[in-house]
Amino acid sequence: MKDSLLYLAIFTIGLVLALWGVLPDVLLSASISKWILYGLLFFVGIQIGSSKGAFWAIRSIGRRIVWVPVATTLGTFAAAAIASLILPLRSLTDCLSVGAGFAYYSLSSILISGYRGAELGTIALLANIFREFMVLVFAPWMVKHFGPLSPICAGGATTMDTTLPVITRYSGTDYVVVALFHGMIIDFSVPLWVSFFAGLG
Amino acid sequence: MIQILLSIISGVAVGYAVRRSAFTKYVSRVIQIIILLLLFFLGVSVGSNKEVVNNFGTIGLDAFVIAALATLGSLIGARMVYKLFFERKKNDV
Repeated sequence: MKDSLLYLAIFTIGLVLALWGVLPDVLLSASISKWILYGLLFFVGIQIGSSKGAFWAIRSIGRRIVWVPVATTLGTFAAAAIASLILPLRSLTDCLSVGAGFAYYSLSSILISGYRGAELGTIALLANIFREFMVLVFAPWMVKHFGPLSPICAGGATTMDTTLPVITRYSGTDYVVVALFHGMIIDFSVPLWVSFFAGLG
Repeated sequence: MIQILLSIISGVAVGYAVRRSAFTKYVSRVIQIIILLLLFFLGVSVGSNKEVVNNFGTIGLDAFVIAALATLGSLIGARMVYKLFFERKKNDV
């Protein structure tokens, strides 16, 4: 929990500094965080390469690995359908479109803005940022109560990049291969599902 | 996509080469520091998006409800798949 509070504080500091407008423009460009991300992935790679069981795990996981993205997709869509019952302003396909972003907020928000307008696009942006953020902050809690696959399913399309480090840290290096496989499958499925649901009615 | 895979693959190669060195003990610490940096930039990108900031209240609540439920749904799915396919084979994961 101490880690979670630290993460929350750092995120808030970034948010407040940007609101104040005291940050130099250099920091606002997306390319900086992209390079930090690549650096991060490099270190995650080092962790995978230097851990003993990782290569062996690739073969031993086997076919059951495909159930992980299935769980993510079905769990998300079922819950998004329930969300549409709670939110009077949002239709079933609104909620399914936003849910189908699977934390891939940049792509899903742009696609949804195109199909349904800026408001739902902004909701998609926020909801999918929240989703990534929840994994970054609550990964230890998720692992404790829902098992080591839970931050992977919750992380959606981000489990091959931004949330991979927390998954490595809290589910263990054994699950890195599952996270990479899952992230790739979900990542590819986002534009398909979003176009499908946002294009309906 | 290509950059992402290249970053990981080159890291794996370096990691495999240095797997016996003491340096690998500090890798998880470095990773945590980089996560903090990325979270800072996530905050910056939310705070510098005018449209998001202006409508944060009304739109934010709907977004939060969808995100919280979608996350919970996938957590339940994750637990079911873990119980069905992973737990009993714990030793070979």
